[in-house]
Amino acid sequence: MVDRIAEWWRPYRELLGSRLRAQLTYRRSFALDVLGSIGAGLVEFAEVYVIFSNVEALGGLDFAGVALVFGLAGLAFSLADLVVGHLDALPRYLRTGTLDAFLLRPLPVLTQLVTSDVSLRRLGRTSVSVTILAIALPLNDIEWTAGRVALLIIAPIAGAVIYAAIFVIAGAVQFWLIEGAELTAAFVYGGNYAASFPASVFALPMRVLFTFVVPAAFVAYLPTLVLLDLPGPVGLPQWLGWCTPLAAAAIWGVALTAWRAGVRHYTGAGS
Amino acid sequence: MIISVRDLRREFIVRKPAGRVRRTRAVVHAVDRLTFDVAAGSAVGYIGANGAGKSTTIKMLTGILVPTSGNVRTCGLVPTAERKALARRIGVVFGQRSQLWWDLPLAQSYRALAAIHRLPEQAWTGRRDELVDRLDLGAFLETPVRQLSLGQRIRGEIAAALLHSPDLLILDEPTIGLDVLSKERLRVFLAEQRAQHGTTLLLTTHDMDDVQRLCERIIVVDRGRMAFDGTLPELVERVGAERVMTLDLHEPSPPLAGIRGTTVVHVEPDGLRQRLAFSPGETTAAQVLAAVSERADVRDLAIDEPDIEDVVRRLYLSETSLS
Repeated sequence: MVDRIAEWWRPYRELLGSRLRAQLTYRRSFALDVLGSIGAGLVEFAEVYVIFSNVEALGGLDFAGVALVFGLAGLAFSLADLVVGHLDALPRYLRTGTLDAFLLRPLPVLTQLVTSDVSLRRLGRTSVSVTILAIALPLNDIEWTAGRVALLIIAPIAGAVIYAAIFVIAGAVQFWLIEGAELTAAFVYGGNYAASFPASVFALPMRVLFTFVVPAAFVAYLPTLVLLDLPGPVGLPQWLGWCTPLAAAAIWGVALTAWRAGVRHYTGAGS
Repeated sequence: MIISVRDLRREFIVRKPAGRVRRTRAVVHAVDRLTFDVAAGSAVGYIGANGAGKSTTIKMLTGILVPTSGNVRTCGLVPTAERKALARRIGVVFGQRSQLWWDLPLAQSYRALAAIHRLPEQAWTGRRDELVDRLDLGAFLETPVRQLSLGQRIRGEIAAALLHSPDLLILDEPTIGLDVLSKERLRVFLAEQRAQHGTTLLLTTHDMDDVQRLCERIIVVDRGRMAFDGTLPELVERVGAERVMTLDLHEPSPPLAGIRGTTVVHVEPDGLRQRLAFSPGETTAAQVLAAVSERADVRDLAIDEPDIEDVVRRLYLSETSLS
């Protein structure tokens, strides 16, 4: 069993290994990229700070609560960005014909694309999010149970899986668009923005959109409701906070369907 | 049959703006009812003008593109449906598009490709060493691909496509942009691979020498349709393409007119250099040379083969005049 997994993993280990070696060859450039990524994370958090210098609470959460949402969402996003963020290079691959090279290798196209790069510089953003979480967690009054500890670990992972699915859906759409980088950015970063704030700040239709259509609220806000034992706003009961893995599974179903349709469109099998 | 194509068609829908909002739809037949077979171990030149449907055919043979209608079997597999199984049995080289990693040296690229094809460690290193030796890659095996010259990169690409010992090697314009020496070395290598491993070759090219040196069979496509399927001498005979012999003479000489089967196409004012055109079906280079030698002292000679574009153009012309 272990042997079979190792053999399945072998091409991807080799591909990722070669990417890592290539990045670490240029150490100074790599260090600057990491610093840039940290800076971007800090600037985004400054936005939250500015808002709270004017208001006491946002969507029923105080500053510590919003920082928790922001930290959880940021951690999930940076992990997804690290693993699949380079899917936004797909329009370039389509134009230059690199995708044909992927189709000529005996591996699925999506896994080849995912392992075609890994941007370690995005770890800068991960470190900002972990720091914010480390500060925000003690500031909040959390009654720790085994379930809540498990949720704290599962939420960022399931959240990253949700973001990854959003990246894949945005990538799949590129097969129909020729110049779709803007749309991808709007979709992916819009989703991230929606997830970084309490969903209760949105009007009901938007709240439903960002929960049940784009499952952004599942990434951070709903798990935070569980951690803080707060009742949710209308339409979002607290127990939904336990359902982040289910939301992740559901959106991956959509993502893989969209991706297959996209590849079929590229090969001219679909319409 | 390693390739079997039956009544193959591929249409593209091209939308063009017509007026401010309206757009018209036009159906383009990139490949139109092609039928041919390629026997395992053979070498076929696939030729046509730009936009004749060569690349579209290759994409359908390799599983990148689905046919609109008709049947394709490559290595007995349906290319798009069995894409991954097929990828293990074919190698593809695009002369103008790299399939290597631009920032990796060839040595690491081959390691990655071996992992991608899941080749056992002891099996692939031997094959790699053979390819490195035969293609003379040793000197730049550790240089990142982006720093290689075109000739070096193409050799690297061909080794990459052959690393998993495919039954069929498809080459799309493999010699484009290469100098004469590099072209020649590549042809020698490909002929040798075919002889040693029985690798089937299918290549598209604009270079008549490629076809002459490598392929015993030529397929010409024109606007997606089969225009010719046969040997090079048959093609040359059919279109009456002419070879041109350029003669450098020791002494100035009057125009060498009247030699059977030839016409004088050019005489330099001093008469030292003359060019004679002749049809391969009517006479041979040796006969022409013998006839010339009776009348003048030949110092040097060169023979220009019919240009492939010219042969294809003549083929099209003969088609239109027949129909």
